[in-house]
Parts: sequence; C-alpha cells; structure tokens
Amino acid sequence: MAEPLLRVEKLVRRFGGIIATDNVSLDVASGELHAIIGPNGAGKTTLISQLTGHLEPHSGSVLLAGRDITYLPAYRRCALGLARSFQITSLLLDFTAADNVALAAQAHAGTSFRFFANARKEKGLRDAAHAALDRVGLAHRADVLVSKLSHGERRQIELAVALASKPKLLLLDEPMAGLGVTESQGMVKLLQELRKEVSIVLVEHDMPAVFALADRISVLVYGRVIASGVPAAIRANEDVKRAYLGDQHVVTHHG
Amino acid sequence: MKAFTVSKAVTALMLAGLVLLPLYSQLSGNIFILTLLTRIVILALAAASLNLIMGFGGMMSFGHAAYLGIGGYAVGMLAQEGIGSGFIQFPVALAASAIYGLVIGALSLRTRGVYFIMITLAFAQMAYYVASGLARYGGDDGLTVYKRSDFSGLIDLGNRTQFYYLCLACLFGVIFLIWRIVNSRFGLVVQGLRSNEQRMQAIGFPAKRYQLVCFVISGTMCGLAGALLANNTDFVSPAMMYWTRSGDLMVMVILGGMGTLFGPVMGAVVFLLLEEFLSQITEYWALIMGPLLLLIVLFGRGGIMGMLGRAGRG
Repeated sequence: MAEPLLRVEKLVRRFGGIIATDNVSLDVASGELHAIIGPNGAGKTTLISQLTGHLEPHSGSVLLAGRDITYLPAYRRCALGLARSFQITSLLLDFTAADNVALAAQAHAGTSFRFFANARKEKGLRDAAHAALDRVGLAHRADVLVSKLSHGERRQIELAVALASKPKLLLLDEPMAGLGVTESQGMVKLLQELRKEVSIVLVEHDMPAVFALADRISVLVYGRVIASGVPAAIRANEDVKRAYLGDQHVVTHHG
Repeated sequence: MKAFTVSKAVTALMLAGLVLLPLYSQLSGNIFILTLLTRIVILALAAASLNLIMGFGGMMSFGHAAYLGIGGYAVGMLAQEGIGSGFIQFPVALAASAIYGLVIGALSLRTRGVYFIMITLAFAQMAYYVASGLARYGGDDGLTVYKRSDFSGLIDLGNRTQFYYLCLACLFGVIFLIWRIVNSRFGLVVQGLRSNEQRMQAIGFPAKRYQLVCFVISGTMCGLAGALLANNTDFVSPAMMYWTRSGDLMVMVILGGMGTLFGPVMGAVVFLLLEEFLSQITEYWALIMGPLLLLIVLFGRGGIMGMLGRAGRG
C-alpha cells in the first residue's frame, strides 16, 4: 500500500487523570474522505487539535506524507499543506470576506514581510480569494464584512479560507454545526465536489451527511477508536451500535 | 471613496492649521503659539507611533514613553560627550529605541492582555529608574542639552520655525509610512492578528514574529519623537519616561480614535490644547480635564474620529 497522506500512531493525550486520546491510530489515504464520529465527549476535538498543532500529545506521533509533524506549531503544519476549519466559526470579523480568504492565500504566496505595497491591490492574491469564494458559492459577498454575514455564509467562508491555502489535507471540524436543513444539504453538495480535489478528515455529528460522504469512518468512544472501516461495516458493527448510534438509528438507515 | 465627509474636512482643517499657524506666529510675533505647536507635533508623532501597535496591532503598550526617554537621552548623552552632530545623534536615538523595542517586545509578547500592559509598564518604569541613576548625566535632576543637534548647515534646529517644520515633516513622514504599512501585506497580517490570533496561526502566520517587528517599528518611530523632544526642551530628564507620560500618550490615541490614521494627531492636538487652556484658567485643571476625557471615552466610541464619522453620516 502506498504511504498514507496522514498517519496517526498511538496518540495519547491526558488531561489530569482523564485519558482524552487513548492510543489512537488511524490512516488517511490520499484522496480519501475519512470521517471521525463519536458521541459528545469522545475526544474528537482533542484529537483534531493534536492534528492541527493546537495541542501537544503526550506520546505517539502524527505523520503528514511521511514527515513527522507531531510537535510542529500550527503555522508550520499549514505550510506543509494541512488546513483546518473551526467547529466554532473563527474568522476575522472586522475584515471583508475577500480579505479573510486573501490572507490565507497570502500565507502561502511568498513572504509577508512586505511593508510598502498595497496588499489589497495584489492581483494574484485577490484572484485566488475570489476563486475560493466562487468555489463555495459566495463570490457575490466578497466585499461584505464578515460580521455582517449570516452563520451559514460564515461556515462557507471557513471552507473558502481553508481552500485558499491549497491544502493537501483538509481537517473539517463539524462544518455543518448550526446549519439549517437546506444549508446542510448545500454543504454536503459542496463537500462532495471538494473531495474530488483534496483529501478530507471530517468530524461531524450529522450522521446522514457522514454516511453519504465518507469513504471510511473511525468511531471514537472515550478517546479510543473502537471501529474503523467503510460505512457499511460501521453500520453493521455491533460495538458501534451499542456505544453510539443506537440500534434503531442504524436499522432505519440500513440499505 | 472620494466622498466628502465631516471627519475628512476636520482633519484637513487641522492639518492646514498645523502647516499655516507658524506663519501667523512669525508675522504676529507671538512665539508662544509656535512653542506650543512644536510640542503638540512631537507628541502627536509619539501618539501616532503608539497607535500603530495599539490601534492597528491590538498591543496595549503602557510603556511607550520609554522610547521618548531613550531617544531623548541618546541626544542628551551624546551632546554631553561632545558629539553634537545630528547625523550621529538621530541614528543612535533610533537604533537605541529599536534595540530596546526588540528586547522588551521579545519578552513582553510572551504575554497577552492585562499582563502585556503590566509588563510593558514595568519595563518602562525600569528604564525610568535607570535614567534616574545615571549620575554622570544628571540623575534625577536631568541633563541640560546646551547645543541642539547640528545638521551642518542643512537645517538649523536653533531656529524655531525651521525646527517646527522639521518636526512637522517627521510627523507627516511617519504617518505616510504608517499608512503604507497598514495596507501592506505585513500590515494586514498584524491587523488580522489583532482580530483573531488563533485563526491567523491556523492559516499559517507565526503571530509573534509579526507582532515583534511591528513593536520595533513603532518604538523606533517614537524614539524619533524623543530625539526631537530633547531638542525642543533643551533638556532631558527621567520624567520624560514616567508612566504618566505613557498614560498621556494612550489617552491621546484613544481620544483621537484608535486605529485611524489621523486620530492620534487629533487626540494630541485636543489633549494638549485643553491642558494648556484649562491650566491657564485654574490650577485644578485636571479636575475639569478628567471628567471631560471620561465623557468622550464613555459616549464617543471610536474617539473624536468616530464621533465625526457618525456626524458625517447624520
């Protein structure tokens, strides 16, 4: 098998006496959409934070395309092609949508220690920003302050920001959080498009969305991966049913 | 973008006043106006430099007066040692400020929020006590600068009018630089960090590096103000960097409007004029000044610039 794009090996993270990440190992192949699910408090966000570099593990390792990034700071990982969206929307509220996305493009286009030329007039950056906004369907809102955008639109900007850095791997932390039904459907459609271009790790509560999108699913319970496999296998897995999905849920979605 | 607004009109009026009033002063022989204006322009320069980190960068430095002292002492100490050339004094003043900014910034930027305010304050107070201890250079009593910086006939700082226009040129130059900086790649990163540091880290910007460079630029600009101030008063003393002076600079920035280009200039003009005229009326001028500032800060969000902006929109 080819080298996986992301390899997580025996990751352990404790908070006091609680083991939030308990020997987690998983692989994400290139081109794959790998979903991580689990009940509240299963340690999903803790795991994601260690992948993005916002939290240091106590042991284990994280490899991106074969390179050990376990202890690299967040900004270095980003430079290596790892982009993330936040569970709770985290944008520059007093900047326009285009500025938000252009800054992400700027981070990956040469040095930012340039003090004199007007960055908002750099065609390359503006074009990249508009392309990414167009990708998520928000090109017409480019010049609106993010503080004036709706929650749904902000979720889309989160994606555009992540895309603008031209990542190899996208870490999406609950992109559907707080979205209405129509907005969720739009997001699923969008992710279906994006997965053709970029590998994705998706943490999500929205089960229909996860089962519609994922190539493989890992189930996290109490910090441990109790099952990992294709959606059909996860659906059929007895441990998963008991621990998380609830029998009825699985039955109704069968087939 | 070309729309006429109240804030633009008032700013233009203020700038025109700064450019033209000295002519009036010369014609009428009223030297007092020129002296006051020179002081205003120099402190406006210091406030503008503070605004770069405080308004645009979100770094609440409570120790900015330290640079005034460092710039001033660079001029005073060199003059004392017989080095009177401005071509040496000014670069030394700027370099010393930059180095101080680099060291203090590297240490202070490990902290955030209130701790950042307190640590910058603590360092400035340290600088104050170091200056007080410089027995060779007057210690507590300060140091008289007997000869102003000598620019070998290029410009005569002893001439009040020439000196004033030098200060004004420095102020305009610094504001021009700040204008370019805040719209540059670097400036957008710094402002992005003010807005949401976590997000900026996540898209690939190492926060501290950019903030530190911004901190140093701001300090260097303020060092220039210090060197000018020493020439203006022909005297340097530890009081230049006392914490109340840092507070004054903060008040000027907040009063005028944080994160606006000309706000700090406006703030310095209003603050120092108020101080001047109130102190002529009564010895207890601070009793009037204090509540006045409080009212503006409480009810005028965005300072004077903010209020003018709202007035413009009606």
